[in-house]
Amino acid sequence: MTNVRAAGKAHRTERLALIVLRGASGFFIVSIALLIGYLAVEGTKLFTVDHKSIFEFLFSPTFAPDQGHIGALAFILGSLFVTAFAIAVGGPFGVAVGVFFAELAPKRVASAMKPAIEVLVGIPSVVYGWLGLTLLVPLIRNTTGSTGFGLLAAGIVLSLMILPTVVSLSEDAMRVVPDSLREGSLALGATRWETIWRVLLPAASSGIGVAVILGIARAIGETLAIQLVLGNAPVIPAGLLSPASALTSEIVMDMGGAAQGSLLQHSLFSMAFLLLLIAMGLIVLVKLVARKAA
Amino acid sequence: MQVTVPTEKRSLDKMKIEDMNVYYGAFQAIKHGSLDVPENKVMALIGPSGCGKSTFLRALNRMHDLTPGARVTGKITLDGQDIYADDVDPVTVRHRIGMVFQRPNPFPKSIFENVVYGPKIHGENNQKKLMEICERSLRSAALWDEVKDRLNRSALDLSGGQQQRLCIARVLAVEPEVILMDEPASALDPIATSKIEDLIGELKREYTVIIVTHSMQQAARISDFTTFFLLGELIEVGTTSEIFTRPKDKRTEDYITGRYG
Ligand SMILES: Nc1ncnc2c1ncn2[C@@H]1O[C@H](COP(=O)(O)OP(=O)(O)O)[C@@H](O)[C@H]1O
Ligand SMILES: [Mg+2]
Repeated sequence: MTNVRAAGKAHRTERLALIVLRGASGFFIVSIALLIGYLAVEGTKLFTVDHKSIFEFLFSPTFAPDQGHIGALAFILGSLFVTAFAIAVGGPFGVAVGVFFAELAPKRVASAMKPAIEVLVGIPSVVYGWLGLTLLVPLIRNTTGSTGFGLLAAGIVLSLMILPTVVSLSEDAMRVVPDSLREGSLALGATRWETIWRVLLPAASSGIGVAVILGIARAIGETLAIQLVLGNAPVIPAGLLSPASALTSEIVMDMGGAAQGSLLQHSLFSMAFLLLLIAMGLIVLVKLVARKAA
Repeated sequence: MQVTVPTEKRSLDKMKIEDMNVYYGAFQAIKHGSLDVPENKVMALIGPSGCGKSTFLRALNRMHDLTPGARVTGKITLDGQDIYADDVDPVTVRHRIGMVFQRPNPFPKSIFENVVYGPKIHGENNQKKLMEICERSLRSAALWDEVKDRLNRSALDLSGGQQQRLCIARVLAVEPEVILMDEPASALDPIATSKIEDLIGELKREYTVIIVTHSMQQAARISDFTTFFLLGELIEVGTTSEIFTRPKDKRTEDYITGRYG
């Protein structure tokens, strides 16, 4: 008798837990849907309400909403350039460090470095920006004679910021390669280096691809750190040393002064929506790359 | 005048192991093992599981170099040369002493790329040569007819038995002198197993084979010599028929007659 009653009670608790969990995940999904929906509506008002052309938004370099010009090309290119720089420098370096930790570093070194890398993740981005502003910008100014602000400074700061992501994910990707492949290669008279280069890296390639894509996602969404060192000139960057703007930094710069329903506000919403689309695109890409591995 | 010694008379020992000890940290897995391995013969290593057969085998191509905490002492020679000498590169040792593992471990590459992996890292770049090596090795591993039309397909699409023969072909492609096999058929079905066993019979014409097997029937079928292991010790070595019909040591006899299970 008691047993049956206890079972009934356990059953009820379980049902309650299930309802709570369902409710929580339902709430979560609805919030995300609302968020995306809101950004989608606000982000397209520029085209639906103000009747501006998407083409102008994407490809015109002139951004002066008070005069009716809503070209965001300068910001799009700024974002692309700093991200490309960060991934070109931080990507290979991060992968190399990850591979080193997984394959070559003595266990003690690797286990000491892991928390260090995690600390890097925990540093707030404003601190990265601040260090960039106080150390990097003056350094670039003094060595090149430019203002010091620009793509180069932002790119270097971003390279550092994506490093933890790329390092730890590519390290994980290497570690899940089965030992049997390592042994198989070494037993054929391959050196460690040949084994890494010809067997382990190819076997880990999709995991490393994911590491790099998530590095890109981190870079393209980064705001404060680059806003502090980019110079924030709404122009197409003329070179690594000239001031520039990015989608994220531009939103931060102008959102305070954007009146409700103004062309400026709608433009900023469109940029935010574009960033969301890019992020979603990268996530789809991650899924595709990961599926290829399976 | 040229004098050639008839092959049968060459009682050469390809490898000699003297007083081998292997430790994993403080645990001693092989105790004072000594063994002579005759050339162009199949030497089977048998014994209950956990008695150190794999440990012994992996000492022969210096695989323990890669295991943190593992240590090998004693003298192990290949054609009289100490393979653990300071001036010997373990990479060269593994080039000359190939290894086939318990579970097939093809690389996630094409069949062709798997076979020519070794020759490529050892400097062969000529595509025509590589193709020749690929065909010869696959033929020797009795796999050519089954895969010749799909050399560029992934090796992972092959069955387990085919994968294991591919791994053997991959070893043959680097033309080693000794082939170590650690229960190469334990993960395979009976048909695939018998193919591997036939293959081993062929291999000894050109190679010296040392094979770990947990199946006494298999040892009896394929080997010329058998060594019996127990608790890290090499208890007895002899011709396979001696070991299976009139073992000298009581413990060998107990094992053969199934008293250890
Ligand atoms: N990497 C290792 N670290 C510690 N102990 C090990 C390791 N590999 C094997 N051993 C131990 O060494 C002994 C012999 O193992 P092994 O050579 O694998 O036996 P067998 O191949 O005969 O089954 C066992 O007691 C096993 O637990
Ligand atoms: Mg074993």
